[in-house]
Amino acid sequence: MSWTLTLPLVLPFLTAVAAFLLRANPAGRWVSVVGSALLLIAAGSLMLETLRAGVVVGQMGNWPAPFGITLVADLLSAIMVVITAITALAVSVYALADIDRRMEMLGYHALFNVLIAGVVGAFLTGDLFNLYVWFEVMLISSFGLLILGGRKEQIDGGIKYVTLNLVSTILFLSGIGLLYGMTGTLNLADLSLAVEEVENKGLLTVVAVMFMIAFGVKAALFPLFFWLPAAYHTPAFSVSAVFAGLLTKVGVYALIRMFTLVFDHDIGFTHEILLWVAALTMITGVLGAAAQSDFRKILSFHIVSQIGYMILGLALYTPLALVGAVFYLVHHIVVKANLFLIAGIAQRLTGSTELSRIGGLYKSAPLLAVLFLIPAFSLAGFPPLSGFWAKYVLVQATLEVEAWILAGVALAVGLLTIYSMTKIWAEAFWKKHPEGIDPTPDKLDGPTRAALLLPVGFLATLTIIIGFFPQPFVALAEASAAQLLDPTAYVTAVLGGSE
Amino acid sequence: MEALLAIAIGALVAAAVYLMLARNVLRFIFGLVLISNAANLIIFTGGRLTEGVPPLIPEGANLPAADAANALPQALVLTAIVIGFGLFAFALVLIFRAYTTLGTLNSEEMRVAEPKGDPLL
Repeated sequence: MSWTLTLPLVLPFLTAVAAFLLRANPAGRWVSVVGSALLLIAAGSLMLETLRAGVVVGQMGNWPAPFGITLVADLLSAIMVVITAITALAVSVYALADIDRRMEMLGYHALFNVLIAGVVGAFLTGDLFNLYVWFEVMLISSFGLLILGGRKEQIDGGIKYVTLNLVSTILFLSGIGLLYGMTGTLNLADLSLAVEEVENKGLLTVVAVMFMIAFGVKAALFPLFFWLPAAYHTPAFSVSAVFAGLLTKVGVYALIRMFTLVFDHDIGFTHEILLWVAALTMITGVLGAAAQSDFRKILSFHIVSQIGYMILGLALYTPLALVGAVFYLVHHIVVKANLFLIAGIAQRLTGSTELSRIGGLYKSAPLLAVLFLIPAFSLAGFPPLSGFWAKYVLVQATLEVEAWILAGVALAVGLLTIYSMTKIWAEAFWKKHPEGIDPTPDKLDGPTRAALLLPVGFLATLTIIIGFFPQPFVALAEASAAQLLDPTAYVTAVLGGSE
Repeated sequence: MEALLAIAIGALVAAAVYLMLARNVLRFIFGLVLISNAANLIIFTGGRLTEGVPPLIPEGANLPAADAANALPQALVLTAIVIGFGLFAFALVLIFRAYTTLGTLNSEEMRVAEPKGDPLL
């Protein structure tokens, strides 16, 4: 059993237990920070191991694949685990100031760490049913986090989030049942070989579409995204930051995994659907954001529109497009989590997230203004920030296959993103506060300010680093895309050599 | 036997979809319970049905009899039932909480998070 592979899973669970036991102790909140830091180290060592070996495989309980449960880390998985750990660390530091005593007593930190464990598990598993279990781990802890505190709008948003996600879970489970019935295996690597021998390709395509819908709900694709803007603006800011950064991306990851490794028998049909879904997701998301007037609601709709770009990369299914998708995933998680954290600080200082009721942040908190501009411009795709390279690669990929309309959509959505970001800028930062409040950060005490601003600064720095030195990140995305398009290494690593 | 189960699954899904289309969220949850049982039956049937041959390995042999029942789908269904039960319990409590704080079970009237004046909605 390889420890580099199991540690990123075990650590968050241990942290959750410790955090739960220490929930009444004021020192308990640091457990989460320490746990996330350790997770980052474990994720880093997994990344190094993956870079060295290509694909890291561990058979749980030493049952050889495909009989036991396999954990696999190829480059995409390792990248996602590292970025999960980075987000977890940033959010857990932010939570020191954001989460109040009552929510800590209700077990916020334990739920948060179980959520992280679920996300990491989903990235690392090499077994379809095990993926379902990790989705459930993630789902049940996210339910808890979403309604923790029990305010009216949280319960309201929670109902929609819970019900629609449960429907997608059922579809996922039915898809697993049908796929198992056709192939007799659940191991992803084994499935990738077994689907080629299925005679009834039509039925296989039906099952593929079931998976597409199930993961489409999780990833918030058009027209399945309605739960997201209904719920993401209701919980605590740390919670919505980690949701915005990670949860939908697990859906995107699952789509990428299934539709490169298993369902590649009828690309002309399945990926064509994904292509148009991607375009519509981008457009509806960005138009929805343009119509909103609440800081977090605007950002929620932008999650939807950005998911469209990643799915565009998957749907084009060329090497360059997949490079774009992987790069976009990483860039988006960093930027989006950061914007939600900034929304939290803005709410602290000005008293609301409703844009018409706040203002004056530029004058009184210039540092925050700069920290907002970095992820906001990156989201819109300004050079030389990370979002520019992500969009550049994707647009180039669409031009390469001469999909002019899609390239136009991708560029136009980028422009409209700038519109939303300037709206937030003009309303929250530029104009005077309507109630004459002067939102200076000095009102917060030192430790609170540090806990709020440090993670924001950290993630903004990361955005700048990816923006100015994109070469190593693009190279990594290229290597990962190559692995996705040619899963031979993945399959032989899982089925061929067991330890 | 497979045909019978397929019809049963179809009936369950039909009833579940009918319930889930209701505006009352309690009916929705009941629909969800039915459809999750349909999903469990799909897995069970997907593993092929065999009669009267338990998957036991006779003494001295290394493998169970060739026509033995498939034990894996039953393990999967068991896991799915346990998880589904947990989620159902949570959903029920959530709905009860929604009823006490929002004062309604009608999903059309749940507009706290997305007020009526909101554009697009």
